[in-house]
Amino acid sequence: MTDDVILQVKDLKAYFKLDEGLLKAVDGVSFDLRKGETLGIVGESGSGKSVTNLAIMKLIPTPPGRIAGGEVLFIGKDIFKMSDEEVRKIRGNKISMIFQDPMTCLNPFLRISTQMIETIVLHQGLDKKAAKAKAIEMLKLAGIPAPEKRIDQYPHQFSGGMRQRVMIAMALSCEPEILIADEPTTALDVTIQAQILELIKELSARLGTAVILITHSLGVVAGMCDAICVMYAGRIVERGTADEIFADPKHPYTQGLIKSVPRLDKVSSQRLYSIPGQPPNVINLPDCCPFFPRCERAMDVCKTKYPKIAEIGAKRSVACWLYGEGK
Amino acid sequence: MSRFIVRRLLSVIPTFFIIVTLSFFLIRLAPGGPFSREKKIPPEIMANIMAKYHMDEPLLNQYFRYIGDVLKFDLGPSYRYKDHSVNDLLGAAFPVSIMLGTMALGVALLLGTLVGVTSALNQNKWQDYAAMSVAVLGISVPLFVIGPVLMLVFALQLKWLPTSGWINSRAGWKTVIMPIATLMMPYFAYIARLSRGSIIEVLRSDYVRTARAKGLKERVVIAKHVLKGGMLPIVTYLGPAFSGIIIGSLAVEQIFVIPGIGKIFVQSALNRDYTVIMGEVIVYSLILIAANFVVDILYGLLDPRISYK
Repeated sequence: MTDDVILQVKDLKAYFKLDEGLLKAVDGVSFDLRKGETLGIVGESGSGKSVTNLAIMKLIPTPPGRIAGGEVLFIGKDIFKMSDEEVRKIRGNKISMIFQDPMTCLNPFLRISTQMIETIVLHQGLDKKAAKAKAIEMLKLAGIPAPEKRIDQYPHQFSGGMRQRVMIAMALSCEPEILIADEPTTALDVTIQAQILELIKELSARLGTAVILITHSLGVVAGMCDAICVMYAGRIVERGTADEIFADPKHPYTQGLIKSVPRLDKVSSQRLYSIPGQPPNVINLPDCCPFFPRCERAMDVCKTKYPKIAEIGAKRSVACWLYGEGK
Repeated sequence: MSRFIVRRLLSVIPTFFIIVTLSFFLIRLAPGGPFSREKKIPPEIMANIMAKYHMDEPLLNQYFRYIGDVLKFDLGPSYRYKDHSVNDLLGAAFPVSIMLGTMALGVALLLGTLVGVTSALNQNKWQDYAAMSVAVLGISVPLFVIGPVLMLVFALQLKWLPTSGWINSRAGWKTVIMPIATLMMPYFAYIARLSRGSIIEVLRSDYVRTARAKGLKERVVIAKHVLKGGMLPIVTYLGPAFSGIIIGSLAVEQIFVIPGIGKIFVQSALNRDYTVIMGEVIVYSLILIAANFVVDILYGLLDPRISYK
């Protein structure tokens, strides 16, 4: 491992005990995040993307959820072994998060100033006045016009895109090492999406923040990310640099995903490709490749055993019986 | 805000007028009247009584006469309690009921939110189960059971508290303890359940997750981010609860012999004591209007999304 790895997730498992059975939302996820890198985590709804990242922050609601195993090393220290106090010093300070729906993620009863200042005062030990100045500066960076005035308003006085800007300003106000953006543009309309992604890209580059971008949109990943993890049913099925994944997808699921992206450069009369079938129910999943019912290249071995992860390049791996030993 | 207040106050006038008009005619539609007796009253005497109370005039005249009196804050004489004006009767009884009701609601609010919040923060643990069992008990056991049981235990067996009476009696403030404990029970229980539910909902909300993701201490998350939103449904409930608890004290007042509105309320309806019934309707609706008005203003203060222009 090189020194610039700031976050190492090793064999992370997060299970939820539900009435229907054990839900293995995240089942053995591993990845590294380097300083200043942007990592995309792609997958369908319910593939475990969000839970992975909530687990990194130790924010999984327990019960019913629990961390069933694995390590999350932040600059070499395991977050799961830290006290709540230590974890709190990381949250919002060293690692911060922005969420999918900016309409519900800001407290509707508190002014933007209150919500921003509390984080800055907490982590940076500034007094309220200095914290407010810092908050205004962050809002300005995030592209909020007239931030001196807007900061004293309530969330409902902002539009969706503006609220996400506020969330970004808030998340970056302590200049964190890592920004986890959980589908930051899903709830916004298309024109705003591009602006918000551009903003995340620009600010993270300026502050040297590494970004974990969770999304189900390959288009978003393509324009933003250095490395990509593709998740399916709680596991990472393929990993590589963005260029590698797009140029030469290995896993049939990744191939299917890329084929399903509508393309402007190929005018075709064909219907848009879609992967047949439904995402699997991950409750009480047997030990098989969860993708085999939908896979065009499924073999007998896929139905009985989960594939070993095949390292097929420096930073590239794939979990499929078509590659590695199982070939 | 001040414009909203003025507008709300002005809107009281038509509401109030409609209430008075409706009740005036509805009461008179009911069979019987204040002077119907088993024993026949000689027609001359009846005519005299009718003339004295202007009941021989056409109904509309009576109505306008009554409205005129009400505007002069005179609710008229009681038809049954001779020598008592309605102003006297209600003036003596309502403050007692309002005092009892306010104290009971205050205690219910305090204990209810305390228990509700504790339950919500310990969801599905023993504290939660214990609190919610008590709440179910409080909602389902009627006041006329709770009252006598308390009386049996604390007054007759333990002899800690007096069985009955009001503050002005010899026992003084001790008299209010059991009536308050009895009267507040269903309200306490309801508020506890209501606050538990809404706090749990807020605890699961996205903005609380954001607050936790910012690294705030759990104590700060609760105090600053959870409580305000969680308390809103209770504020809404307070308006109707306040007027309900004052009339609800009827049974409690009977059990503990408290000189409140409860007794007059029942008697006047049975007696067709028109003026007393009207007086109660007027005072009660004013309380209801005032309580809802206060709730609206509180709501505006608590929730920035509501603006009164």
